[in-house]
Amino acid sequence: MKLLTHNMLRSHVTGVTRGFPLIIRADEVKVNSVDFNREFVSRMIPKLEWEALVETAESLGHGSDLPRELLSGYETDEEFLKKVHHVLLEVEIIEGALKCPESGTEFPITRGIPNMLINEEES
Amino acid sequence: MKLKELESCLQQVDTFENPKLLLEQYPTRPHIAACMLYTIHNTFGDIEDKVVADLGCGCGVLSIGAAMLGAGFCLGFDVDEDALEIFRTNADEFELPNIDLVQCDICSLPAQCLVKAVDTVIMNPPFGTKHNKGMDMTFLKTALQMARTSVYSLHKTSTREHIQKKAADWNVKMEVVAELRYDLPASYKFHKKKSVSSYALFFVIKLYSRL
Repeated sequence: MKLLTHNMLRSHVTGVTRGFPLIIRADEVKVNSVDFNREFVSRMIPKLEWEALVETAESLGHGSDLPRELLSGYETDEEFLKKVHHVLLEVEIIEGALKCPESGTEFPITRGIPNMLINEEES
Repeated sequence: MKLKELESCLQQVDTFENPKLLLEQYPTRPHIAACMLYTIHNTFGDIEDKVVADLGCGCGVLSIGAAMLGAGFCLGFDVDEDALEIFRTNADEFELPNIDLVQCDICSLPAQCLVKAVDTVIMNPPFGTKHNKGMDMTFLKTALQMARTSVYSLHKTSTREHIQKKAADWNVKMEVVAELRYDLPASYKFHKKKSVSSYALFFVIKLYSRL
């Protein structure tokens, strides 16, 4: 699971209001090399939950010195866009879990795939 | 990439080892997938550099094709972990690193989940013919919530009027992009003939908000 995916996922446990961001417990993290697509990254940035992305990346030790607040004019900052590219698409959680920030429900991540199915017995 | 080239690549995509009837696991045939993707890419420009989601992705033929056509990022959703496992292997074999998979049940996703999270949804949903009536509509509704731009979906031709009516209810525009026909190869035990002789008719629709 890439951090771009993490930035979109929410907990959908019954009764949870925001359920975002899911807390990552990473047992295995891998960094894969992905071709840099400048256009894609710069168009993606305004659609992200920026603060959540930076906090999550930092919690995994892959913060890449990204600022907490998005600075204007980033579209032309090649170095910045490459850092965002790295955080969004190259850092991957292979094994671990996602924890709902409100209910504490855990969703396992196995071989890079988060399992968001809610176990009926638990809920 | 040429259409023929895309189709021959998609023929290399592995499909279900033991398809599950209740999940209506029929793989999207490479020819259909290629035609569908090629049109979405060339006529509508809704793949290149976009975030593309595939609901009920199965072994991933549509996502893999979208990634080959230059999607910025593909996100596959399926309830079945066996299918996702095959999908992962497919993506690795094609060396397509811009694909992520999520195991979840499209039918139990609440309305506020993944709202406008992706640009385009491209899917071949269950047709809702195996004790799961209305499943196709549930997929369409979820897809519409998720997509910022448009939804492309494959349906049985007999559902055309029903979908048209639903689209009007949801206040979205529906456009028939293509009509396709093909022989359904036997994939379940109850299929006695090697290939169901009467071909099935499908159509690809595009749904998008009225502006």
